[in-house]
Amino acid sequence: MEDIKTFLIDKVLTYESDTLLPETEKVLQYVRREKTDKPIIYVSSGTSSVIAGSEKTCDAIDTYIKENEPSAVFIQVGCTGPASYEPLVCIHIPGKNKLFFRNITEEKVEPLLNGVFHNDINEDDLAGQTGSKGFELWPGIPFMDELPFFANQKRVILNNCGCYDPESIEEYIARGGYRAYIKAIRHYTFEEVCDIIEKSGLRGRSGGGYLTGLKWKHALNTTSNARYLICNAKESDPGAFTDRTILESDPHRLIEGIAIASYAIGASNAIIFMRSGSDHAKNRLQKAIERARDFGLFGHNIFSSGYNLEITIRVEPGAFVCGEETALINTLEGKRGMPQLKPPYPTTAGLFGKPTVINNVETLMNVPLIMQNGPDWFRTLGTENSPGTKVFAMAGKGRLTGVVEIEMGTTIRTILEDIADGIKEGKEFKAIQLGGASGSFITAENLDTPIDYEKLRKKGIGMGAGGFVIIDENTCMVVANVSHAVKEREECSKYLRVLSENL
Amino acid sequence: MEENVRGKMNTKSKSMAGSVEAILNKYKSGKREDLIPLLQEIQDDLGYLSEEAIVKTGSFLGMSTTKIYGLATFYDRFRFIPYGKIQIRICNGTSCFLNGSQSIINKIKEETGTLPGQTTRDGNFSYEIVSCMGGCCNGPIINVNGQYHTHIKAEQLPELIKKLKYVIEKD
Repeated sequence: MEDIKTFLIDKVLTYESDTLLPETEKVLQYVRREKTDKPIIYVSSGTSSVIAGSEKTCDAIDTYIKENEPSAVFIQVGCTGPASYEPLVCIHIPGKNKLFFRNITEEKVEPLLNGVFHNDINEDDLAGQTGSKGFELWPGIPFMDELPFFANQKRVILNNCGCYDPESIEEYIARGGYRAYIKAIRHYTFEEVCDIIEKSGLRGRSGGGYLTGLKWKHALNTTSNARYLICNAKESDPGAFTDRTILESDPHRLIEGIAIASYAIGASNAIIFMRSGSDHAKNRLQKAIERARDFGLFGHNIFSSGYNLEITIRVEPGAFVCGEETALINTLEGKRGMPQLKPPYPTTAGLFGKPTVINNVETLMNVPLIMQNGPDWFRTLGTENSPGTKVFAMAGKGRLTGVVEIEMGTTIRTILEDIADGIKEGKEFKAIQLGGASGSFITAENLDTPIDYEKLRKKGIGMGAGGFVIIDENTCMVVANVSHAVKEREECSKYLRVLSENL
Repeated sequence: MEENVRGKMNTKSKSMAGSVEAILNKYKSGKREDLIPLLQEIQDDLGYLSEEAIVKTGSFLGMSTTKIYGLATFYDRFRFIPYGKIQIRICNGTSCFLNGSQSIINKIKEETGTLPGQTTRDGNFSYEIVSCMGGCCNGPIINVNGQYHTHIKAEQLPELIKKLKYVIEKD
């Protein structure tokens, strides 16, 4: 264990040239598990998989391996995306392409593994195959990225989700992780990092769409003896589970994003504010932070750069409203989570009166990629005013549900008809709710609107933070709307009270 | 099979005066911003915020008990009564709602005869309504002491509650 740690630190993290030595690459292929000499079984283990029964599947696989295939390796990975396929099992036989099987419940494990290890595959459970050069094809089996669910997506920030063990920092580093962070703290000034992000045109993904780099600069340019970075993983909206999926499937990239953002604003304290009830995500994140600290990525004088950083996790005590910036700050200060009128904005006077930047999980996930590939690369994705991609949590009455990532500029119709594969049970479409209970409804005439901040705003639609709930003809809109309005009534009255007091 | 129905039974005892002090000792600085994590940790340990725990926290942080109550009642995750032996969580996220979680809530209300967030008089059942557990394609979902039940229908509930009652009696 110690060997691989020093190897990764010396030859990868702190290696000065951008291209690694060929012999390093060779070792990394094995760390990434691209090359393997043993069969590997991957099981998705996000919350949606656990609910669908993946824990029992894991137990069954474990027992099977011990009894029949002791050479096989068994790994729990994050969530690949299609929640309707959970529990999703992926099998990698050495020298051949990876095979994906859907809805593998406990009782299906034994026949499935017997089939795979003896070359007799049951086609019913098969979802598809993925592979790269040099691997043998499975004839007659579709490729995963050709399925309509994946073909219409552009997985950029989710590209690691479901591919690696989220608890293994080694694998993340082997996939190019944390190099951008080390480079930033060693070679760039605070302003340079802000400039790169501003140039990329990255906009806040929590719905507002404010330029992230500009926000950072506001905080950086406010004179103060301390600054704070808060990662808002509160995700209040019912029906949105994108942040949690990211936390469970790729915690290290989020941590890297937080670390780079903290450096850019000169903050030595970062806080991740999480939703209550997602213990699974919290445990993964906690482990990931511990591993990163073990590698010396946080703490005092990180990699002799003179920069100090501490990351803490805080769990919300349960109030819809404390996802709002000012209410969130009050909660962190140990007060009632009441929103306040802005200005002053948190970037001037936030947590404990110090300049504070609050960024959404999805926004921060983009940061390491922009630092790695450059702002111009980011501009090639999406539209001119809204570069990049957007992650949605598809829920409700679609035939397929799950977490999807699309390039900005994709129409809502593509998401509904191609990715979600239309409405369940052949019912008629009624509306899509974008952005949770306080978001907007999209009806049939607006389906051809592309996902883009300005184009949606022109039609009076807010982008929201990632909720994408499909509603069919049988659902009463009044009930759908009112039930959640009632739940949030108490919370909304808090907003109103603040507003009226200030009038 | 029994394990499938009931999940893990709540076995936390109600008087754990010592553990509150142990938690308080972890927060040596005792600042205002420690209040919420402190209360959360006490609740994780005891299952609820007892009067005794709130008084102790108050004297530790130098805050009045009323202020702490004021804060704790603002947030809906804090409880002031212990959980029942069987704790049911019902998902009412948009997806589960569309798939019929309202009828589940009504049925459980009817079967247990108590309101969400409360505990039945015999201390056997308590239930709460949560906003999205994350199993959106398997809704409606309920969670009985950590054990998920997916695609649940209102007519299955009386049977489930009966089984749970039997399990409690046997213990």
